[in-house]
Amino acid sequence: MNAAHTQASGHGHDSGHHDAGHHHQTFWQKYVFSTDHKVIGMQYMFTGMIMAVIGGYMSYVFRMQLAFPGMEVPLYGLVTPSEYSSLSTNHGTIMIFWVAMPVLIAAFGNYLIPLMIGCDDMVFPRLNRLSYQIFLLSAIILLVSLVMPGGGFGGAWTSYPPLSVSQQYNLTPYAAPLWLLAVALEFVAFLMGGINFITTVMNARAPGMKMFDIPIVIWMIVIASILFMGSVGPLVAGAVMLLMDQTIGTGYFSPQAGGDPILWQHLFWFFGHPEVYVVLLPAMGIVAEVITVHARKKLFGYKTVFYTTVATGIISFFVWAHHQFIAGIDPRMANIFTVTTMIISVPIAEMLFVYIATLYGGSIRLTSAMLFALAFLATFLIGGVTGIPLGSTGSDIYFHDTYFVLAHFHFTFFPIAIIAVFAALYHWFPKMFGRMMDETMGKIHFWGTVVSFNLIFIPLFYSGLAGTHRRIFSYAHFPELYRGDVQGMQVIATYALLVLIAFQFVFVFNFFWSMFKGKKADANPWLANTLEWQAPSPPPHGNFAEMPTVYRGPYEYSVPGREKDYWPQNEKPE
Amino acid sequence: MIGLMSSIIPEASSSAANIDALIELIIVIVGAWLIAAEVVLFYFIFKYRRKEGVKAEYITGEKHHEMKWIHIPHNLVLAFDVVIIVFAIMVWYDVKQVQPPADETVRVIGQQWSWRFVHPGLDKILDTADDVETVDEFHVKIDTTYHFQLQSIDVLHSFSIPAFRLKQDAIPGRTITGWFRPTRLGEYDFQCAEICGIGHGIMQSKLIVETAEDHEKWLKAHQPQIASAAPAAPVAAAEPASHSAPPVQPVAAEPAAAESAAVQTAPN
Repeated sequence: MNAAHTQASGHGHDSGHHDAGHHHQTFWQKYVFSTDHKVIGMQYMFTGMIMAVIGGYMSYVFRMQLAFPGMEVPLYGLVTPSEYSSLSTNHGTIMIFWVAMPVLIAAFGNYLIPLMIGCDDMVFPRLNRLSYQIFLLSAIILLVSLVMPGGGFGGAWTSYPPLSVSQQYNLTPYAAPLWLLAVALEFVAFLMGGINFITTVMNARAPGMKMFDIPIVIWMIVIASILFMGSVGPLVAGAVMLLMDQTIGTGYFSPQAGGDPILWQHLFWFFGHPEVYVVLLPAMGIVAEVITVHARKKLFGYKTVFYTTVATGIISFFVWAHHQFIAGIDPRMANIFTVTTMIISVPIAEMLFVYIATLYGGSIRLTSAMLFALAFLATFLIGGVTGIPLGSTGSDIYFHDTYFVLAHFHFTFFPIAIIAVFAALYHWFPKMFGRMMDETMGKIHFWGTVVSFNLIFIPLFYSGLAGTHRRIFSYAHFPELYRGDVQGMQVIATYALLVLIAFQFVFVFNFFWSMFKGKKADANPWLANTLEWQAPSPPPHGNFAEMPTVYRGPYEYSVPGREKDYWPQNEKPE
Repeated sequence: MIGLMSSIIPEASSSAANIDALIELIIVIVGAWLIAAEVVLFYFIFKYRRKEGVKAEYITGEKHHEMKWIHIPHNLVLAFDVVIIVFAIMVWYDVKQVQPPADETVRVIGQQWSWRFVHPGLDKILDTADDVETVDEFHVKIDTTYHFQLQSIDVLHSFSIPAFRLKQDAIPGRTITGWFRPTRLGEYDFQCAEICGIGHGIMQSKLIVETAEDHEKWLKAHQPQIASAAPAAPVAAAEPASHSAPPVQPVAAEPAAAESAAVQTAPN
């Protein structure tokens, strides 16, 4: 309730500012140097999409090489070992840091937070703009690193020293420091974003919006931001140390100078594992919004979801060394981390149970958005259960660094960064652009994407069971391991990837066609409760014609005794 | 247990069967959960599709009799987690935490981009004149418990033999010990499992598990020529055994890379 007061007073000040600058904005002011959270969200989204195209192209090139070693890849050429390492390294880096993070947290966080909590903008709009500009700079530095003499950095997205430290070892004298600089800058950008998100949600909610009236997606973004801010410090410190090792000859991670390469692994994974939940939580939040709206159901146990999210967040700080079981840590320590790792499966499983339970008794509309949200649940379950043999010490000895790991984390990251994002785009597109996306094209895109995705990675589980290691640019060098059945899996995966890519053209066409030619959408086309649907589509600068007051929680669908099956949060009780 | 793993890849060490049993146990447990969850999910999707005139139910999920649908599976997941943890730690303890007494000790040295193996020779003691040092070819006797001393001279590597279910990273500046006991004759390819630079993809070796007699024959045939002279390091280069390993194919590696690889392996 206090928050409501603060917000009200903050408001008067802000709206004055907006009214003044509202009508006479040049193109540059409106789309490039804007402080409007929606424009910044879009900037993040389009930058993320461009990076996704680049990262996707990289996966196309190295998957072709894996299926048909030594072939001239169309639209690329021959893949050398160093190019292969660089492509797979930068594919991972881009997809996690420049696609999943900006799209899930920054784009949807920026776009949705002020709209869903009912205020007119972020509390620190200029910090927000700076955050995007630093992010863009970091993306440019990364792309520049790819064309430096010696080629792009190829030491894996984890960048383990000593390989990443010494140009004598990695043979990329320019790309290795630039890659690291780009990653470190990107973290600075998201730190600023995180400060903004948390402060805005805590202080600028619409009058009447109590803590448990906040939509789950917003909670998830806030908790993800807290996780990010809590875990990124050691990695930024580590990145600076590694950069100094590379450039001015310090020896933090160099055994010859008394340093310890394992230290980097701890610093990296102390961030790297919570990072998984940093991108998972917003995706889970998106799915919660989409399934409640399209199944016309109240979320099953709002508080359960909230507390399991908090529990996941806390436990995620204590699982990092499961990436290092066989890295040379004390074997006794591994046992502790296998316990914590198994424990974190409990809140995540519980969250998935809650989502499935939410469907019970619903009235499910299989729109494109809903199909993607349901596909998230179906595929993320596979990603979740296949993590168990990796978190368990004894079996990880065998699976570590095999295609099983690769298939596992693609079964988590693809649902998170691609499937959930598509669910969100199909769901919020009418709000963003004031027009509906075409449902027929949406469904073609859905089936093409989800089926081919499964056909890429399910075969790779088999490769992993057969012990095939990742990051090997051509298995043709290992006569015994270059088995027909295992290589056959690589070929299936590559063909499936080609199909997956082909179906994305349907999406791109649908996206841009609908933006200009789609059916006009009114303010609330899905008949949803949350506040963003009470603003015009698309919302103007300042968002709401009349600032909303909140009277109830976000998921009051199909309430007995009401004619309408939805009950907007800001609708005055009779 | 269900023979899934051994049908995909042979079990060639004494730990392999235990690790495979653990993997299969986990596959059965999580597989059952996965199928159950997917069945319920798809059942709900089909059962509760929109029908004209049927309104969705209003369920908060916060009443006691509703919460049980989350709490019961929650406790079951926890119980199965405990089962997996117990078996995982049991297997881990045997493989990594304790080492049965060694019959012989070998040294495994990773470097960009090859493996060097120091076999203890006929006297079964490392660091004596009859040590046999090879590159990319590793000879061991069946049914013999080996300790290995794993080292790296440049970057991280990972000593991984899938048929043994063995994997351990090598770290420059440290010697990491581990053990294995071969139980199946044959030749097994293996390669570095930790990215170690542009030659990572060609850093392969062959493991030969042979009978005690064959092993002795091999050792005798490969006795260092310079009997009492200096440490074994220079011998490795001239060692004929290394040439019998499959030749490294000159893939499209840049010449610059090859040069610097040579530079690195020389000193240290």
